[in-house]
Amino acid sequence: MIKVQGLRKSFGKLDILKGIDTEIRQGEVVVVIGPSGSGKSTFLRCLNFLEVPTAGEIVFEGQKIVNKQSELNAIRQKMGMVFQHFNLFPHMSVMENLTLGPRKLKNMSKDKAEATAVDLLRSVGLEDKRNAYPDSLSGGQKQRIAIARALAMQPDVMLFDEPTSALDPEMVGEVLDVMKKLAQNGMTMVIVTHEMGFAREVGDRLLFMDGGNIVEEGVPREVLQNPQHPRTQDFLSKVL
Amino acid sequence: MNLDFSFLADHWQSYASAAWITLQLSFFGVLLGTILGIGFALMRLSGIWVVRFLATAYIELVRGTPMLVQIFIIHYGLTQFGLDFAPFQSGIIALTINSAAYMAEVFRAGIMAIDKGQTEAARSLGLSKGMAMRYIVLPQAFRNMLPAIGNEFIIIIKDSSLVSVIGIAEIMYTARTLQGNLFLPLEPLLVAAGVYFILTFTLSKLLGALERKLRNQ
Repeated sequence: MIKVQGLRKSFGKLDILKGIDTEIRQGEVVVVIGPSGSGKSTFLRCLNFLEVPTAGEIVFEGQKIVNKQSELNAIRQKMGMVFQHFNLFPHMSVMENLTLGPRKLKNMSKDKAEATAVDLLRSVGLEDKRNAYPDSLSGGQKQRIAIARALAMQPDVMLFDEPTSALDPEMVGEVLDVMKKLAQNGMTMVIVTHEMGFAREVGDRLLFMDGGNIVEEGVPREVLQNPQHPRTQDFLSKVL
Repeated sequence: MNLDFSFLADHWQSYASAAWITLQLSFFGVLLGTILGIGFALMRLSGIWVVRFLATAYIELVRGTPMLVQIFIIHYGLTQFGLDFAPFQSGIIALTINSAAYMAEVFRAGIMAIDKGQTEAARSLGLSKGMAMRYIVLPQAFRNMLPAIGNEFIIIIKDSSLVSVIGIAEIMYTARTLQGNLFLPLEPLLVAAGVYFILTFTLSKLLGALERKLRNQ
């Protein structure tokens, strides 16, 4: 579904990604782990061109992504993204957050967009928050709304950029539960995370990144239990 | 000291119509200045350096030269190029180009103060740059900028007194005329100051109310 070839990204003289090759397949849940500064968030952000790659190419559903606004806007509609800091729109109610995209981009009627939104809110367990504003929600609720907002565009793939890193510990579970359900329903997902338990349980494939490269990859359970590369061993010994 | 305000009995209508003209000047100055100001602010945030340069040059030039000089240039100087504006038109042009320059900076600061994540979230849904600006960034920026915009409104009302030099019968011009006609050195000016204060104070109270309303939403 997403083919990444020779992906490089530099900020000035700083090389963040030094040549990433991988493929995300339909229905696959790929978890990306690694120390901070390893380039895992940048990698994710390159997939929908929030960061424009310095070199290499991303092919999404057979189409090479180029840095042209009109094409990017169309492609991004099919790639949902969830951010560490939620980035809900604070001047809009939950309902407006969820219906903005479908109404403005898919010309969906207000009634239809709201009906879809209610279904999504139900699936993340926040049906009663439709008229609330983001400021009145807890972190876990915000992130579940953010997931619902991305899903409202009916994307083919969901990108998660450390979705639980900004949450109080007691709220991590509710967000991971929503993500787990999403994975069980067959959504293609790329998840940058520090939640090793979740990675092991839900991930089909794990990428370990360090220093701008994918150092090791494989079935999460195997990589986490029996890492081959010294950098992976070192990292896991610190976090597990 | 004896202050004699008895002239007001005969001349209060002059102040009333002068205040109306001041309001019109300020209203159009602020309205057009805001529209142009948003444009210049967006230009300053553009990725294309020529566009950025043009906006920056405009803002620096307008801010760096006295409005009085600009008023004379617009009203008298431009006749050299066949541009012969009526005084009221010249006045609105001068106020507009000034408020546009200051508003541009207010808007730029307001836009830049909105977290980058807001734009990213909007773009990740597939919204275009323009839509993200219109639906996500500007509405939030506007709320934060309201005090600064109010400030600019008040400055424009006061600065509009400068266009009295090209013969627009606004408050200051009226006061100067009465001063001369009635041989009253102080009183007409005190009345003018009072009228300006009533206008600016009312406006500042209205904006305060609007701000509170937006905050409570």
